[in-house]
Amino acid sequence: MNRINKKLQENKKLLSIYFTAGYPNINDTVTTIQNLEKNGVDMIEIGLPFSDPLADGPTIQDSSTKAIKNGMTSEVLFNQLKDIRKTVNIPLIIMGYFNPMFQYGMEAFCKKCQDIGVDGLIIPDLPVDIYNAEYKSIFEKYGLINVFLITPQTSEKRIRFIDSISNGFIYMVSSASTTGTQSGFGDQQTAYFKRIANMNLKNPQIIGFGISNHETFTQATQYAKGAIIGSAFVKHVTKHGVDTINTFTNTILN
Amino acid sequence: MNYNVDEKGYYGEFGGAYIPEMLYPNVEELRENYLKVIAEPDFQKEFNQLLKDYVGRPSPLYFAKRLSEKYNTKIYLKREDLNHTGAHKINNTIGQILMAQRLGKTRIIAETGAGQHGVATATVCALMGLECIVYMGEIDIARQAPNVARMKMLGAKVVAALSGSRTLKDATNEAIRDWINNPVDTHYIIGSAIGPHPYPDMVTRFQAIVSEEIKWQLKEQIGRENPDYVVACIGGGSNAAGTYYHYLHEPDVGIIAVEAAGLGIDSGESAATSVLGKEGIIHGCKTLLMQTKDGQITEPYSISAGLDYPGVGPMHAHLAKTGRAEFVSITDDDAMNAGLELSKLEGIIPAIETSHALAMFKYKTFKPDDVVVVNLSGRGDKDLQNYIDYFKI
Repeated sequence: MNRINKKLQENKKLLSIYFTAGYPNINDTVTTIQNLEKNGVDMIEIGLPFSDPLADGPTIQDSSTKAIKNGMTSEVLFNQLKDIRKTVNIPLIIMGYFNPMFQYGMEAFCKKCQDIGVDGLIIPDLPVDIYNAEYKSIFEKYGLINVFLITPQTSEKRIRFIDSISNGFIYMVSSASTTGTQSGFGDQQTAYFKRIANMNLKNPQIIGFGISNHETFTQATQYAKGAIIGSAFVKHVTKHGVDTINTFTNTILN
Repeated sequence: MNYNVDEKGYYGEFGGAYIPEMLYPNVEELRENYLKVIAEPDFQKEFNQLLKDYVGRPSPLYFAKRLSEKYNTKIYLKREDLNHTGAHKINNTIGQILMAQRLGKTRIIAETGAGQHGVATATVCALMGLECIVYMGEIDIARQAPNVARMKMLGAKVVAALSGSRTLKDATNEAIRDWINNPVDTHYIIGSAIGPHPYPDMVTRFQAIVSEEIKWQLKEQIGRENPDYVVACIGGGSNAAGTYYHYLHEPDVGIIAVEAAGLGIDSGESAATSVLGKEGIIHGCKTLLMQTKDGQITEPYSISAGLDYPGVGPMHAHLAKTGRAEFVSITDDDAMNAGLELSKLEGIIPAIETSHALAMFKYKTFKPDDVVVVNLSGRGDKDLQNYIDYFKI
């Protein structure tokens, strides 16, 4: 069974953390992953940086620009991760935009993920329709879970369609926004969280965008299986580096 | 061979809608409605009326006698430079503002490089009384001050794009991010034949008035609708799309696309996408784009801000790949000299973008009887400082 599915069966609310690979320093990738697992994080999204990240706010854009300058590429990332399964057991997901994967070759990219022990991908600009028509069989061949996003504007019909294509979890974007732009959840978001929870989808939901502290993490996980933190964590490592991750995770979990 | 968009939004292998889920409702709303709206008699009536009374169409088709003598062929200039706001850009913004109104949108966003599309968007927003926000790279804001002032006079808010290289590509990213953050009340007026389906097709349809007019104007002047060649400069490719549209399936009409070579194809400072680009995804569509081997989008260079884009519209990528269009690339130096030449021979100062199309005559020989129509896509007022600096006038 895929590590993501196994993790989703655990009887607890999940904390997933996004970080940009090769940031702040090119060789921080593996240390970041190891320290996140040590400090109680349940799942990790490894950000493969892209020059033009359309769905991201300034924090993740800046970290991506810096990581590319540091020399991060798909090839470098795969090399850094080649022994990761000797030390790390939690699910690992690569999150990145489509063009770098398309240039690598989608089949070669997926094969490499399987060899290394990456469990899934999140590709914000590969729509579910194109995935379904052109790439689904490749993902299945290499045992990878592809995670799709829904937003408050996604229609019920489309959510049902996305649920039928998904085989891991659904990434619920908390509001109409790019990453790192919200602070705190209002009535509108709570209503949206409840609406989705009441749809009884076959895939559990994990909420992302706008989760930055203990309060928002608790709010989100009242209605969903887990929550994803990205920009707030990237800000933390920008200031403090990757050796004191516990000071960040402690404020979220306790 | 079909050169138009197919029902799935592709031109051959290029096009499509590679967009984050956050944009899906907006783009889907447009896709479902754009053909229906364009076909409505009420839309057609208002669009044509505004093109005539506000833009000043039809734009003349002018036989350039002295330029023709110089290159020993028959050159006709389609005078889009005489449109209100000085370029072809307004054809598209008129169409899209009418589209936005019919979709109930109250807030308009746009990206701009040199500022021509920004001015054309700010103009139609003033005309319709709609809020207008234009994203422009911080570097472009500094080097295109007159157009920034124009947009402000027209009531638009100009927002600096501070990310990445702070030019057109990044302004487009910021406009897309704005749309993600404002998914209900906002329409994004893309200025070129790029972006997710249906944008390339919609922009092409609004610019198609250019070749529609060339057909009857040529018929009036020389007794036949089809020239031997149509020529246009290409950045994203909106003026080219309009110039080619009604000739795409006329095999006796040659299509010539002129890209910006910048300092030279092999100089590392170029925008010749058909030569330097590879298939990839940019701003929501699959097309040819300039990128590193790892798939990071690279920064192009051209003296002309309007051609300074790392991609090309998917229709043009298809025309290049199938060989339907011949692609030529022209350096900064050749373009500047062609601009000066047209000024002296015909009394018309062209935009530097357009000068690239004119410089093609230096390298390509036509028969004396060939009829060659060049889209004179914009006027040179906005480029005066560039011409002054270059020629030390």
